[in-house]
Amino acid sequence: MRATVLVRPKAGILDPQGEAVESSLRQLGFPVGEARGEIERMCERLLANPLIESYEIEVAE
Amino acid sequence: MSEVVPRIAVLVFPGSNDDRDAAWALAALGADARLVWHAEEELPEVDAVVLPGGFSYGDYLRCGAIARFSPAMQAVTAFAADGGLVLGICNGFQILCEAGLLPGVLRPNASLEFVCADVPVRVERTDTPFTSRCEPGQELVIPVKHGEGCYHAPADLDDEQIVLRYARGANPNGSERDIAGVVNADGNVLGLMPHPEHAVDPLLGSGDGALVLASLVDAARERLYARA
Repeated sequence: MRATVLVRPKAGILDPQGEAVESSLRQLGFPVGEARGEIERMCERLLANPLIESYEIEVAE
Repeated sequence: MSEVVPRIAVLVFPGSNDDRDAAWALAALGADARLVWHAEEELPEVDAVVLPGGFSYGDYLRCGAIARFSPAMQAVTAFAADGGLVLGICNGFQILCEAGLLPGVLRPNASLEFVCADVPVRVERTDTPFTSRCEPGQELVIPVKHGEGCYHAPADLDDEQIVLRYARGANPNGSERDIAGVVNADGNVLGLMPHPEHAVDPLLGSGDGALVLASLVDAARERLYARA
């Protein structure tokens, strides 16, 4: 069996790492929360290191 | 000639904590060390740059992943592209890898534990601006202190780029090929996990780190002469 478990801080819980990453994305000129192509570019440039990491994008709505 | 003092920038990121130690050691070895805040868009006129150890941006995301985008790093990238000397120590090494100025990436230690120890490191090359004061094959004792120092090399890493290796049996973090320090293909950018700035006086347990930093000061002085 293979399962993916996502653990997230609840709404209202301070997430300094998330905030630092979001502010870096804004500094790079990414309007946070945009289309899939943008999200892929975010992954390539900042969120993942392609040398050691792969990524999957799941769009909620 | 000894009165000619090269200028070396030591970058300071939010979360750097070895910046002052690096500046102190460089000054003790004859350089004019200048602390440069990460938000600066330009470097002062310098002959070399040091990226110090620490936990820039809290090590969020991946070590060094966020620091690489700071304004000062854009200036360092241009400085390196122009042939400028850049030394990254520990977190500085991680930043240089994330910035693409050095190949590879530093991953969590294989033991999953933070390691803090004096380790023997073998000098593989002495023809670099960072090791010219060392003897070929010389073993230096320099402390490491890190949680993410396991070097993962790209498949095509040239053996020639491996400047420092942990001595046989003394690899503290599971680094591939015992790699402790790598240089870029052009030879002007070096990153290493051990902290030479913490080993510049026998009183601190070892003075071997001074060989690395004094090599850099020598090379920076030569750059200064070349510019003058």
